[in-house]
Amino acid sequence: MMRHRHPALVPALAIITASVAILSLGLGPVSIPVGRIMAVLTGHGDAIDRAILIDLRLPRMLIGLLVGAMLGLAGAVLQGYLRNPLAEPSVLGASNAAALGAVGALYFGIAQWHIAMLPIMAIAGALVALGALFFLAGESESPLTLILAGIAVSTLALACISLALNLSPNPFAAMEIMAWLLGSIENRSFEHVWIVLPCVAIGMALLLYDGRALDALSLGEDGARSLGVDLPRLRLRLLLGVAIGVGGAVAVSGSIGFIGLIVPHLMRPLTDRSPSAILLPSMLGGALLLTASDMLVRIIPSTNELKLGVVTAFLGVPVFLAHLLRERRLW
Amino acid sequence: MVSISIEGLSVDLGGRAILRDVAMQLAPGALIGVIGPNGAGKSTLIRAMLGLLPFQRGQVTIDGQAVGAMAPRDLAKAIAYLPQGQVLHWPLSVERLVGLGRLPHLGPLSRPGAQDREAIDEAMCRADIASLADRTATELSGGERARVMLARALAVGARGLVVDEPLASLDPGHQIDVMELLAREARRGALVVVVLHDLSMAARYCDRLLLMDEGRLIADGTPAQILTQDRLRAVYGISGHIDLTGDAPMVVPMARWPQVGAEQQADAG
Repeated sequence: MMRHRHPALVPALAIITASVAILSLGLGPVSIPVGRIMAVLTGHGDAIDRAILIDLRLPRMLIGLLVGAMLGLAGAVLQGYLRNPLAEPSVLGASNAAALGAVGALYFGIAQWHIAMLPIMAIAGALVALGALFFLAGESESPLTLILAGIAVSTLALACISLALNLSPNPFAAMEIMAWLLGSIENRSFEHVWIVLPCVAIGMALLLYDGRALDALSLGEDGARSLGVDLPRLRLRLLLGVAIGVGGAVAVSGSIGFIGLIVPHLMRPLTDRSPSAILLPSMLGGALLLTASDMLVRIIPSTNELKLGVVTAFLGVPVFLAHLLRERRLW
Repeated sequence: MVSISIEGLSVDLGGRAILRDVAMQLAPGALIGVIGPNGAGKSTLIRAMLGLLPFQRGQVTIDGQAVGAMAPRDLAKAIAYLPQGQVLHWPLSVERLVGLGRLPHLGPLSRPGAQDREAIDEAMCRADIASLADRTATELSGGERARVMLARALAVGARGLVVDEPLASLDPGHQIDVMELLAREARRGALVVVVLHDLSMAARYCDRLLLMDEGRLIADGTPAQILTQDRLRAVYGISGHIDLTGDAPMVVPMARWPQVGAEQQADAG
């Protein structure tokens, strides 16, 4: 049990992710070579380098890692729970509903009351969506019902965001709302890190706890219950974990698609394919994919910085399709 | 030793009575077969018995403890359950799948230990699937899959084993393998309950049969007491050839009963 096909997968992913993250610090209008990055990180280096790296680029890097890890993990957990390779936070409406919460906070000016209002509204959005979802799907807990209800909730949230876009008083407000739809982590500060960190920590703790229960669900609901899984509690932990984690992540980055869908698929063949075995790799893989995408955002020359959700889709979808064509016989 | 006591058990699903006032005592050491036509309430009985289905009236106790009051994990450790048509949603290896049987013994974040390892190996040995350990479980033949799923249930190491229609879609050879495996478990002192449709298999391997019809338990006894012409007609609506005398008792369904214009043919059985 718990034998990974590649025992070094998690350490290797961790090292690659850390290296890419450090490299990403060097990218930007002022290019800083690795030697000077290391000097700053070890407490030396000159003041300008330190200001650029610590105050401007480090928060962005940390947010990229945290949000990516959260989305990757949430995708892996939802695919395991719903026993469906299509599941991910945005398919269930969690991402769009969180974005709607954030947009609502901006649109009605609630965001100005307190810095915590926007993430709270985002989490509330995700909670309401997932709560409604599980209520709609009823007692049956049939995975297909949940996914269909999720698409309905997701579409409704998207429609409401578009409505806010239509009714927005000026083009700047519209631009800001657009950012929530496509996702971006440019110009983030440590304030944002402190918002996302606790949410993601709570979300991850709740989601990582249930790996074994997800394995049991490979045998269906009766199978899992006869192995001692308390399904209502599992569902509650999962609901809270996804809502708080993804809600908090979306509150600082906007709705970034595809990571939760793609990363677990890329990781699964490298493990023994049990739901619990892909949790940690998906977490690290999500962090890696989002960080790499954010580097591309900065490298590709354009007048406006590209939106992150666009790049994750461009980067992830071809890899995903290639992988799907190779793997399809297994489904 | 584990024993199950059921009293006055009634289950309604969607306003329809599926089980009506069922009572039975199930003790270890004998292979207990549950038989009856489709829709008789066999699977419902099993699921209610294991706390997987809420019931409206009655009581189910396992070793004196009410099922509803037991922690899911304790219940899982006491009785292993193999549902009808067990599905597998991810292409796990056979060894990994059998290992799922150890979940009731593991904490959420703990790793399986030597004892779990041993239980998995033993279960694979008993179900004769050690050679399949590294195969992908979703790519097995029906017969292999049935034994792998049984090994998964055995790996729980429970004193009770409840199996719902394990013979469906198995060839005769594999049917015999599965029944002998279950009979062996019962001889070893486990409580083994198996839902069956094949009456010959039930007659040959079971020590005790429970005959269900329309949500009621209508007969409870040895195969010789249960499998009579009258009951086949009344419950299954068939006539059959019944020979319970030899080493290999047989119940061969012959014709629908009552059969219009062909009574004499049915009487011959």
